Amino acid sequence: MAQEERSKHNEFTLEIITPERVVVEDEVESVVLSSPEGYFGILRNHAPFIGGLNIGVLKYRKDGKLHWVASDNGVFEMSGNKLRVMTDAAERGEDINVLRAKQAYERARQRLDERRAGMDYLRAELALKRSLARIKAATGEGQSS
Amino acid sequence: MPEQVRDIKRRIRSIKSIQQITKAMEMVAAAKLRRAQEKVVAARPYAREIQGMIQRLLPAVNTITHPLLAPRKSHRVGYVVVTSDRGLCGGFNGHVTRHTQMLLSKEKEYGLITIGRKGRDYFRRRGYQLLAEFVAVGDEPTVAQTREIAQALFDLYEKNLVDEVNLVYMEFISAGKQRPTVARLLPVEAPVSEKLGDGPLLDYFFEPEPEVLLDMLLPRFVIGKIYSGLLESKASEWAARMIAMGAASENAVEMIDGLTLTFNNARQAAITKELSEIVGGADALKG
Repeated sequence: MAQEERSKHNEFTLEIITPERVVVEDEVESVVLSSPEGYFGILRNHAPFIGGLNIGVLKYRKDGKLHWVASDNGVFEMSGNKLRVMTDAAERGEDINVLRAKQAYERARQRLDERRAGMDYLRAELALKRSLARIKAATGEGQSS
Repeated sequence: MPEQVRDIKRRIRSIKSIQQITKAMEMVAAAKLRRAQEKVVAARPYAREIQGMIQRLLPAVNTITHPLLAPRKSHRVGYVVVTSDRGLCGGFNGHVTRHTQMLLSKEKEYGLITIGRKGRDYFRRRGYQLLAEFVAVGDEPTVAQTREIAQALFDLYEKNLVDEVNLVYMEFISAGKQRPTVARLLPVEAPVSEKLGDGPLLDYFFEPEPEVLLDMLLPRFVIGKIYSGLLESKASEWAARMIAMGAASENAVEMIDGLTLTFNNARQAAITKELSEIVGGADALKG
């Protein structure tokens, strides 16, 4: 990041809240999250907004550094320079066990490939999406941007 | 040593081992209570923020005809009673089941749903019909379990088997105080929007439409409510168990003190008796 010494004038509050606990509460410079309409970028002074959140990776920048969080379905709200992300589950990338996430991914893949009769197709697909999001969050999507 | 004295000694020993157990249980309960309390606190922001969002969303929704919001002419009132799976927790289950019974006696028609083994057994034994039952919630209720329970409740509600759903659980006030509380789950009581957002009504953008967002938020609001009820009930259970086990340990001390006194008296009496026999015998020899 070229501009290391950013002033604090471009920050806003990010809160990622699950039924169990507050996963992230921090002052951040930008957030990109995945909504049903596609990726959604948020900066300070964004207009008041309430939107949907998908299973996927939420990315935020703090002090010029990128962080990744695997998120589940949910709803987010931006207002008064506070972004509240209410999601069913969330995990910080650095807390994710990559090996276990990859195993979960393989399991979900196999189940989908087998296409056994009477299987819960939707559930298997959701499991696949979740594990993929966790891998991406843990490995920083392979690159930054 | 005479029979009586040995009996007392045996009793003292057995009470001492009971006391060891109750003391250990008290300590375990204290540790579990601390964890449970932490979870209650950690879960609070979710419930609070979801409610806030619904409040800010409602003005944007044209008609409040959402199936989970619209009040029905309540015929059959559903009660979900939260109890524990295990006993040895003082009056914990008694409080909440009796309170529920009192509530049921006031309704013309009701549907009863139990969470926890104790509640299920209590109401079954008294011949109540249960619409649904959930057992083995474990020491740490999970969101996944809560979702299952919520789903079952939504189904019952959708099929008109109940027209209102309330959660009855032990509210945790402090380690020494818990009380039965009733919280409305369905229909969702539209949070009174005494202040729309913070300050003037903000012009929000919505994507997808507010109705769709409401659809996503309402079930989550209910799940959050059940989850915090389960957590509070757990904290109350451990608090009640801690107090009950503490009292049991104290009673054991009292009993041991009392028995030790009787034991010493009996021993003293035996010695005196023996002495007097010896002295009596010696006197007889002197003749």
